[in-house]
Amino acid sequence: MFCYKYNHMRLSQLEVGETGIVKEFTDLEMSVKLMEMGCLPGEEIRVSRIAPLGDPIAIHVSGYQLSLRKREASTIILQ
Amino acid sequence: MNADIKVALVGNPNTGKSTLFNVLTGLNQKIGNFPGVTVDKKTGFCDLPDGRHAQIVDLPGTYSLYPKSRDESIVFSVLADKSNPLRPDLVVVILDASNLKRNLLLYTQVADLKIPVVIALNMMDLAKKGGITIDVDGMAQRLGIPVVPISARRQEGIDKLKEAIAFASKIALQEDTIDVEALAPQLIGQISKEIRVDHNPYYALQLAHQHETINFITPAESARIEELEHEFGFHSQKAQASETIARYNFINDLLYDTVHQKVTAQEETLSNRIDKVLTHKIFGFIIFFGILLFMFQSIFAWSVYPMKLIADFFVWAQSSLHHILPSGPLTSLVVDGVMGGLSGVMVFIPQIAILFGFISILEDTGYMSRVTFMMDRIMRKVGLNGKSVVPLIGGFACAVPSIMSTRNIENWKDRMITIMVTPLVTCSARLPVYTLLIALVVPDRNVWWIFNLQGLALTGMYLFSLVSAVTVAFVMKYILKSRERGYFIMELPVYRMPRWKNVGHSMYDRVKAFVLQAGKVIIAVSVILWVLASYGPGDRFQRIDQKYHQPQYAQHLKSDDLHRAIASEKLENSYAGALGHVIEPVIRPLGFDWKIGIALITSFAAREVFVGTMATIYSVQGDAEKMESVQQKMHTAKNPDGSPVFTVAVAFSLMMFYAFAMQCASTVAVVYRETKNWRWPAAQFAYMTVLAYLASFITYHLLK
Repeated sequence: MFCYKYNHMRLSQLEVGETGIVKEFTDLEMSVKLMEMGCLPGEEIRVSRIAPLGDPIAIHVSGYQLSLRKREASTIILQ
Repeated sequence: MNADIKVALVGNPNTGKSTLFNVLTGLNQKIGNFPGVTVDKKTGFCDLPDGRHAQIVDLPGTYSLYPKSRDESIVFSVLADKSNPLRPDLVVVILDASNLKRNLLLYTQVADLKIPVVIALNMMDLAKKGGITIDVDGMAQRLGIPVVPISARRQEGIDKLKEAIAFASKIALQEDTIDVEALAPQLIGQISKEIRVDHNPYYALQLAHQHETINFITPAESARIEELEHEFGFHSQKAQASETIARYNFINDLLYDTVHQKVTAQEETLSNRIDKVLTHKIFGFIIFFGILLFMFQSIFAWSVYPMKLIADFFVWAQSSLHHILPSGPLTSLVVDGVMGGLSGVMVFIPQIAILFGFISILEDTGYMSRVTFMMDRIMRKVGLNGKSVVPLIGGFACAVPSIMSTRNIENWKDRMITIMVTPLVTCSARLPVYTLLIALVVPDRNVWWIFNLQGLALTGMYLFSLVSAVTVAFVMKYILKSRERGYFIMELPVYRMPRWKNVGHSMYDRVKAFVLQAGKVIIAVSVILWVLASYGPGDRFQRIDQKYHQPQYAQHLKSDDLHRAIASEKLENSYAGALGHVIEPVIRPLGFDWKIGIALITSFAAREVFVGTMATIYSVQGDAEKMESVQQKMHTAKNPDGSPVFTVAVAFSLMMFYAFAMQCASTVAVVYRETKNWRWPAAQFAYMTVLAYLASFITYHLLK
């Protein structure tokens, strides 16, 4: 997958339609909430759309759609 | 009805939990509060195939037993607190079959509390459509409990579920999901030993996590847990993270063996295609404002006839009662005071029902969460949150349920600002005040062919209320201090057709709550007002009667006019009149006289009381409660110098006052209940009253 060529690619950097696999989190508090919602290390994430004003974003993860703000997405580091 | 078995429904939001609850209990349900907190508690009864009755309680939807909001914290309290009267004998965990992975997290947590549990696998049809095949028996075997596939919406599998409930084991048979003790071995051991001896390690672990917020352990126990945590170096978030990872490992194993998903080429789902239009950069907003416009048009257009019907009914009932009952103070109290007040409440039922119908359709279809998604950026700029959109829109109906609905805003500051500004939004109680005053001073003609001037004035008041709410929010953003971080992690559920039964239930619930809550206040106010307006200090009333019995009055005035003269002089000399005169100097700069002063005072209980008060004050003839006649009387009302009372300046000044003032006892009460601190409603009351006075003053002097 083309994401591999970036180091420390973050979820917030993906464009609509791109996918990535969760590697780790930069924020413990946020990670607890994200993991409960199914964003776990090893899980594939696809950015399905970005809100009309550029933030928040909607992602497809573990079989459903989740929305989160860009700042929150930037705590997710992809493989 | 006595319950033979207590059953709790637990599940993620958007899994069809409420639908299942409605299917199981029918109309046999009751809404109340969970003890100590103001979270709606829905309970109902259901007949089981073995002849026993089950009491079903619908617990708030949650993704996990670790609560993110007050509503969610109820779930753990009810399941874990042994002294809680609602503590279930059996838990039915409802899972969305099309989204099993995330749904199963909550199941594994509940299962580890070792309460007997049954799984209801909802939305099997959707899963099948998505190419998911589930080995239901395999799953039941692996978990050690009954798994019942159902479709709550189509009412399929419900009998099987009832059987499973009836014949469920009395002891927990489920297999362990994860090795809970490994997460904090010493701490769990020590808590189990010292605090509760129930041999449940997960219960002990949850106590370690939640001891500060739950109310069913003693402060001493909580302090001891805190000590133990320090002793063993327990880090709540780290422990929670490893627990979640362990649970998902268990779930992945389970799903690997029992669920098979056909790998389909990334086929675009219907929901996705709808989203492309509804959250489109341009169309998204156009559609949203179109929906709002349609909603308000319908609220006004559709409610005209039912409202007229209700109003006519009360006029008829009042006049018939006047005929039947002997005339006297008691009859007057019942018919003019209580019935008059009642009709004031009942008339709003159609509007409230329609508005809540719309709101529940928007929520049920999944559209509301898209609105939240689209608006978050803008709302954040003014100190609010995407989730504030729902209460603000709901504020057009009534601030009371809207303020209650702010509970799902996790961030404290966002939630407080939303609560503080929601009462500024033009609620349905302001509507009769506005329509009455607009009809009085704005000519009923069209400009630019299609725009009716009166309609424009009303729309203006609605838009103005939104602008003022946003402005106040923006200011408060800089006043309120908060260290807490806001976050916005929210599921966007798949679009669905609204479940009409749920919509109907929600309309019914809201109307009932409105009639009961607002009704009490309004009846009380009308009775008090009636007493204040019907009696005066000392022998003033007798003297008025004597004065008008003198021949010069009786001969020169027609009987109608005589009655009116007596009554208006009595009103001026009544307790209410005295009260109005007391505040007159304060409200004179706003253009108001003592009669409007009485209406302002009574309106602090509830805004809609204004029309009734005006009716009582200006009307003295039988058909007091008819709007048309109130309007006519206000139209012809004259100041002592002969000039009309209700000029454009006075009417708009009055509308500005109603736009800003916190004239609603129910809202004050609900803000207190939600914030648990009198400072919030007090601050809200103060800032709104100041704004009301200023806006009124400026308006009056600009238009005078």
